[in-house]
Amino acid sequence: MSFRERIYFPAILNGMRITFGHLFRRKTTVQYPEVTRQFSDIYRGKHVLKRDDQGRERCTSCGLCAVACPAEAITMVSAERKPGEEHLYREEKYAAVYEINMLRCVFCGDCEEACPKEAIFLTTELVKSEYQRDKFIYGKDQLVEPFDPAKRIDVSKRQTPAVLEFKKDKRYKHNV
Amino acid sequence: MATQIIIKTILASFILLLSLVVAMYSTLIERKVAGWFQDRHGPNRTGPWGLLQPLADGVKLFFKEEFMPASADKFLYILGPSLTMFVALLTSAAIPWGPDLVINGVAYPMQVADVNIGILYVFAILSIGVYGIMIGGWASNNKYALLGAVRASSQMISYELAMSLSIITIVMMTGSLSMRDIVAQQQGFSWNIFYQPLGFLIFLICAFAETNRSPFDLPECETELVGGYHTEYSSMKLGFYLFSEYINMFISGAVMATLFLGGYHFPGLDKLGLSPNVFAFVSFMVLFAKITFFGFIFMWIRWTLPRFRYDQLMKLGWKSLIPLAILNVVITGVVILLNQ
Repeated sequence: MSFRERIYFPAILNGMRITFGHLFRRKTTVQYPEVTRQFSDIYRGKHVLKRDDQGRERCTSCGLCAVACPAEAITMVSAERKPGEEHLYREEKYAAVYEINMLRCVFCGDCEEACPKEAIFLTTELVKSEYQRDKFIYGKDQLVEPFDPAKRIDVSKRQTPAVLEFKKDKRYKHNV
Repeated sequence: MATQIIIKTILASFILLLSLVVAMYSTLIERKVAGWFQDRHGPNRTGPWGLLQPLADGVKLFFKEEFMPASADKFLYILGPSLTMFVALLTSAAIPWGPDLVINGVAYPMQVADVNIGILYVFAILSIGVYGIMIGGWASNNKYALLGAVRASSQMISYELAMSLSIITIVMMTGSLSMRDIVAQQQGFSWNIFYQPLGFLIFLICAFAETNRSPFDLPECETELVGGYHTEYSSMKLGFYLFSEYINMFISGAVMATLFLGGYHFPGLDKLGLSPNVFAFVSFMVLFAKITFFGFIFMWIRWTLPRFRYDQLMKLGWKSLIPLAILNVVITGVVILLNQ
């Protein structure tokens, strides 16, 4: 150590100068209950199963989301659409049971990317905390968006031009 | 005589109350300052600006479980924090808090006890403070606590030497051990810090070590010793230890202001022609401002510097500060001799 370093003082004074500068900086704290931090438009939170413009479920239970899921959080049971159910399901096959285990989910958004029917999307909503583990397995009652057009969940922010363009590319099988 | 006793009692209780309230709010200010240094707000939920935080902390400490290790020495275990607190509160007696108050034409000094060996008294009491920590650490019957206590006592003994040596120069210049005389001599702007900058620096560093404040807070070094000497303490006994640290901070600020920064003197204040009692009050506020300044320095340093390593601490104390302090004494002696 040089003499300058051994007497400590230059370093101490420099350090004190730096900390003093911080006294008057803008505080980084977000005062939570009064102020909520803004979410990104493409935040990946709780999933939603979309309906189409006529209120029919878009999901056809193809299982691509379950295959794409790295955490194996998605399970589903398919069923065939009966005559008279055309107003409920868009195509002949639909998901009778669709479950996502929110404890396993890593919110990567791969399901959304894999979906050929634009049925599943991640939203800015958060998964609420629970006391029991089994409450984290979300069924269709929690995932499918409401029928009422006014209460539909807006995912237009997630469907950026790049995403829409990608969905049109016929070189990928799931887009056909 | 009776009024004398009454005035002294009022003064003593006032200073006791003042030390306690200041210590209480130091904990809040410390956390606030820490927050500001780290670009945060600090506590601001309990009452406006977090002003009720110390009360909430106090209530919390009182309601915590009173835990005592089974193998602890019961008597010493309780004596430790009590002694620390007691000693921390004793020191303030010899500090002159302001010029004389005049009531019915009789002057009453704003000092609980004008001991003619004031400095010696302060240092004697400070040295007893080691016992509180040592006894507490020993009685806990825990190796972390014991190591923390050993560290604390050896650190305090080492730095007391340099501290006393830096004070000797002040005594040499003043020719008196009385705090009152020392303050009186710094009238106006002839503060001791301008004559003894080196002595002041040494005293400041030693004050950090004596109060176990960062960067010399090795006795309670969390990374190595869990909680140091108060590892086994909980509830208000722990509160006493933590509290006495802040009282010590306040008192050492007062001692430093008294010895080096002219006590309650401020240049030009005595020429304003204020009435004696107003003058006494303003002077007291001046002293208080100086103490606050030192308190801020203590916190500023704490949130800037990392902790010293133990060998660095000992090396700094014995190999740097003590020789420098002796050099300071010699230089002062020569200068005084030449001026005669």
